[in-house]
Formats: sequence, structure tokens, C-alpha cells
Amino acid sequence: MTTTVLLFTLLKVIVIVFVVLTAVAYAVWFERKVVARLQSRWGPTRVGPHGLLQPLADAIKLLTKEDITPANVFRLVYFLAPALSVITALLAFAAIPFGPVTLVGGVDLFQIANLDIGVLYILSISSMGVYGIALAGWSSNSKYALLGGLRSSAQMISYALAAGLSLVGVLLLSGSLNLRDIVNAQAGATWGFIPHWNIFPQLLGFFCFLTAAIAQTNRLPFDLPEAESELVAGYHTEYSSMKFAMFFMAEYANMLTVSCMVTLLFLGGWHGPVFGPALLQTMLPLLWFSLKVLALLFLYIWIRGTLPRFRYDQLMAFGWKFLFPLALVNVLLTSLIVAYRAD
Amino acid sequence: MQNAYFQNYIPVILMLLVVVALAGAMLALSWILGERKPSRAKLSAYECGIQPTGDARQRFSVKFYLVAMIFILFDVEVIFLFPWAVIYRELKWFGFVEMLLFILLVGAGFAYVWKKGALDWTNADTGDST
Repeated sequence: MTTTVLLFTLLKVIVIVFVVLTAVAYAVWFERKVVARLQSRWGPTRVGPHGLLQPLADAIKLLTKEDITPANVFRLVYFLAPALSVITALLAFAAIPFGPVTLVGGVDLFQIANLDIGVLYILSISSMGVYGIALAGWSSNSKYALLGGLRSSAQMISYALAAGLSLVGVLLLSGSLNLRDIVNAQAGATWGFIPHWNIFPQLLGFFCFLTAAIAQTNRLPFDLPEAESELVAGYHTEYSSMKFAMFFMAEYANMLTVSCMVTLLFLGGWHGPVFGPALLQTMLPLLWFSLKVLALLFLYIWIRGTLPRFRYDQLMAFGWKFLFPLALVNVLLTSLIVAYRAD
Repeated sequence: MQNAYFQNYIPVILMLLVVVALAGAMLALSWILGERKPSRAKLSAYECGIQPTGDARQRFSVKFYLVAMIFILFDVEVIFLFPWAVIYRELKWFGFVEMLLFILLVGAGFAYVWKKGALDWTNADTGDST
């Protein structure tokens, strides 16, 4: 790699990180707005038109709040935990392609690194997020935080299993771990209008992955780690100021990662009707990708606004006794059909 | 060839550096910008407004360890399916039969764990849920 390419890559990384952070900030705004409408409220309206500047105001407020470090915490780990959460949450975006290969000066604009093991990379990086939460719960030296951290670790690893297993069906169909190859395998349509998206042959896998992913990101109805009616705020009870915001950012970044993953693996990624002049043709795939991700984010928030929280034993039973066997059956069925078709 | 493969990961390392710097900057900024008026009550652990009793790092349910161990066992088995799935089209029926045997073994292990009650979160002695 030459120095120019290296500098250009660095610039691209900084721009993408900035875009992701902005998307995270507006995902929070979007959630507040949608949940408010679901509950017949208005949500943020004061700062800017439709409260659009609210994320900025929140960021300034959180940065200037008192940074409390409780007396009995284990300091090093207490500071490390939120950083670890944010780092792993953002790092997962390194392998996500946002659009087709668009080379400028030998650098692909819409993907940071085209890894051959993209799926494995994202699965492993996002399951590292459990360290941030477990360490936060342990280092805080508060009972609520400890219980929240423990519950969260057990929940995340249980559902990571189901999430990993439900992806095997997609891998069987596409025969690759490279996210770009998986998306390209979904190009085209049957009879001109039914797209070749993996969601149709992999409906079971889609359901398993989405459910497991919602549980893995600790979102309702699986948000037991921070069940406020029993655990105050769970693992981040003792965190304040920006350190609290970092956990918050990590959670929303993980939601975005999951939405991107579902879009790439099951919904055909950036594929959609492409037409018009050359510039429009390069921008349309980005638009389709963003719209699909936005629709999934809306689904996330819709579920949050609709379903009550599980009880903890129900949660673990659901993951182990229902999702895991279901994903196993999905693998068997898919492999049977693929082998039958290959004959 | 080997070199070209690892060059794929240079952007990931760059991103790691950027993200670590960002996280560090966020921690440092809130440390510098935030005011500080500590008091004894403010620095004590939150326990619904009463005096905290004892240390939080006590013994907790052994179930959490059990789940972690079962997770590791099954996760290794799930990861074993990944390379199989990628080259499945070349293996065809041979691959199917081989993996059917493997999945049956995993299923037998899973049934055993289930039967033993390792997946239950209800305390067998008292009937309470933990």
C-alpha cells in the first residue's frame, strides 16, 4: 500500500465513523419520535424543527454533566468498560458494505475492508461487546449493576448461539462468508418482480436471526439487563455523564449493525431498481440500502412500543428450548433442499 | 499472495486506531468539561436511597457458570458448521449425510442437557424462579 492509498483509507474511515455516529444520534431521535407517536405524545419538539437538533443538545448536555466516579468502584475497569462497548460496537462496521464496489483512486468508497470472513468478523466483534457490559456490572460495585451485568452476559451468549446457527442457512445458499458475495448472490428477480432475496427461502432463519439479534442487543422485549422496574438501570446504574452516553451509543450502534446485517443477509442489501443518469445510478443502491435499514430500525422500535418484557426464566427458555432447536431444524431443512437441488 | 490477504486488514487496524482515539477523547472530554462537586452520599453506591449494605461482590447463582459452559460447548459445534456450509455445494449428499450424523450427535447432547434440567431457571428445591 502506498502512502496516498493509506491516507485516503484513513480519510474514508474517519468519514464513515462520523456518518455512523450521526446515524446513531438520529436513531435515538427517531426512536423517541416513533415511541412518542405510539403512545400519543409528540416526543422532542423544542430544539430545532421537529426536535431535529435534539441529539446535538443532548450531546452537549451529557458532555458537560458532572462525571461521578463512585467511591468503591474498580477504577481501571470502570473506565475501560464504556470505552470497550463503544469500540466493539463501532468496529463491527468495518466489514459492512453500504453499496456496490465504487473505486476512487484504488479505494472502495462504500466499504472499509472487504473481508473474506465478513460474517464471522461481525459476529465475533459484536459478541465482544459482552465484555463491556459484564465488566461494567462487575466494576461498579453496586448490586443492581452486578445483577444486570450477569443477566446480560448469560442472555447475550445464549442468543449469540441461536444467531450464529440461524446464519448457516444463508451460508448454505450463498456458499460464501464474504458479505459482498452474499449480497451479489441475491441479485435479480423471479418473473421480474419477486426479488431473489434470502428472506423467501430462509424465512425460518430470518425469524430466528432477527429474534436472537434483538435479544443480543438487549432491546425490548428482551431488555432484562436494564429492566428498570427491578434493576433500576442494570449494568449502567452507576455511570453518569459521557460514560453513560457511551453505553447508550453502543446499544444504538449495535442496533444499526444488526439492521445492516439483516439487510445484507436476508433483504438483498443494496439491490433494488436502478435507473436514470450515471450519478443517480451510483446513489440509488445507497438509498435502497438506507431505506431497508430504516425499515428494520422502525420494526425494532415498533416491537419496543408494543410488547411487554419477558420474565428472565422465560427469556432463557425461549432462547435455548425454542430458538436453538428451530435454527437446527432450519439448517437440516435447508441442507436437504440444497443437496436435492444440486443433484 | 499471503501479503495481499493481510493487506485487507490494514483498514480494520486504521479503524481500530480511530475508534480507540474517539473513545479516549470522549472519556477525556467529559472528565475535563464536567463540573465536580463530590459528597459522601453522592459517591456511595446507589441502593434506592438507603445506606448501602455490605459489598456488592458476593456469591451469585451457579446457573450463570453453567450457561457459560454449555454455551462454549455448543458454540464450538455451531462454528464447525460454518466451513461446512461454505463448501456444501461441492460436498452434496456426502456432506449432507456426514453433517446429519454430526447434528444428531449434537442433538443427543442437547437432549441430555435439557433432560438434566441445565436449561431450567426454576429452582428445583423451592420452586422459585431465580
